[in-house]
Amino acid sequence: MTILAFTAVVAIVSFVAGLLGSLTGLGGGVVLVPLLTIFFHVDIRYAIGASLVSVIATSSGAAASYVKEGFSNIRIGMFLEIATTFGALLGAFLATRIPTSALAIIFGVVLLYSAFLSRKPRTQAQRSLPPDPLATRLRMNGSFPDMEGPRSYNVQHVPTGFSLMFGAGALSGLLGIGSGAVKVLAMDQAMRIPFKVSTTTSNFMIGVTAAASAGVYLSRGYVDPGLAMPVMLGVLVGSLLGSRILVKAETKSLRLVFSVVILVLGLQMLYKGFWGKI
Amino acid sequence: MPAAQAPAPQPHPLQPPPQSWDDHRIEVILGNLLRAGVLISAAVVLWGACIYLFRHAHEPADYRVFRGEPSEFRTIPGVIQSVIDGRGRGLIQLGLLLLIATPIARVAFSIAGFALERDRMYVAFTLIVLAILLYSLLGSGIGV
Repeated sequence: MTILAFTAVVAIVSFVAGLLGSLTGLGGGVVLVPLLTIFFHVDIRYAIGASLVSVIATSSGAAASYVKEGFSNIRIGMFLEIATTFGALLGAFLATRIPTSALAIIFGVVLLYSAFLSRKPRTQAQRSLPPDPLATRLRMNGSFPDMEGPRSYNVQHVPTGFSLMFGAGALSGLLGIGSGAVKVLAMDQAMRIPFKVSTTTSNFMIGVTAAASAGVYLSRGYVDPGLAMPVMLGVLVGSLLGSRILVKAETKSLRLVFSVVILVLGLQMLYKGFWGKI
Repeated sequence: MPAAQAPAPQPHPLQPPPQSWDDHRIEVILGNLLRAGVLISAAVVLWGACIYLFRHAHEPADYRVFRGEPSEFRTIPGVIQSVIDGRGRGLIQLGLLLLIATPIARVAFSIAGFALERDRMYVAFTLIVLAILLYSLLGSGIGV
């Protein structure tokens, strides 16, 4: 394939990655890493470098509208980001000491587990839990625009969420993805934060976490300009569109998109890890 | 504490706590700054892309084997030098560096936002995040 054709095809794929990434809070990386390695035969280290770029592009591209509409909660994001950035430092340190096939298997297992967990919708009783004293002291409780007007929420289980975020950070440092899957799940399942607030707050956090490991990957030569260019431009356009869709979309459909995306890709990565030649 | 209504047992208070409007206003400003940063970095990448594609469009694309980038694409001084030399890929890397800077700028501006709200706890949290970010960027060797 010539560079021109490669650039065009990667830009289109990246557009879809940015669209799905901003809708699910996963960032573009979760879609891009497997696609680049499986269909374009890109070495996983170049793919990780490109996906790191895509995560930051998704995060920053979608942020403006999530912030204006009042979905993302910057206090939750900033507090949890302490755990995530520490975890990311550890993960980036371990990344060169773990073989790439093991990376792919870890990635696959994380995705399958996430797909399984994320299907469960929230019951009415779980929605109206009393405020947690720690979350109140940390001023995390808030409200967001629901279909019927503003809906308030109370954040639960802050310590569990904080610990999971450390794990999410370590994974993102290891895999070069924002590991938004673990972030969305920690907020959605453990901390009982509404799905749209979880995905949009994750969208804020993945950009910061990815920026923390970007220097390491750039200085190791993982970020190739010829590959990162169509990825960044495609993802950016996709995430701008995705952020407009999320505002109006139903939570049920967003959950479905989220779990299908990570199920399919989890299976692909496991296959690649066990039988592929990464 | 400004969030006096939060501990009340009502599940659906329609009025958000008074602080949230300030939060929101600061966030809108931040969101616009972010969008501007992203668009500027995209413009730089696009400019570099035109030069790169004009020169290399018909060469084969091959990323099967990892060779690692040459040093001029791995450090900030190297990228700046290759931009001065008029290289398309140098411009793309410069755009990517600007992109990487946008979330960092967002964290830095958030400190100012929380300080305006006199929220010392979150000023401290955000300072920790910024310190880790800068530590990992400066320690990575891209500044050399």
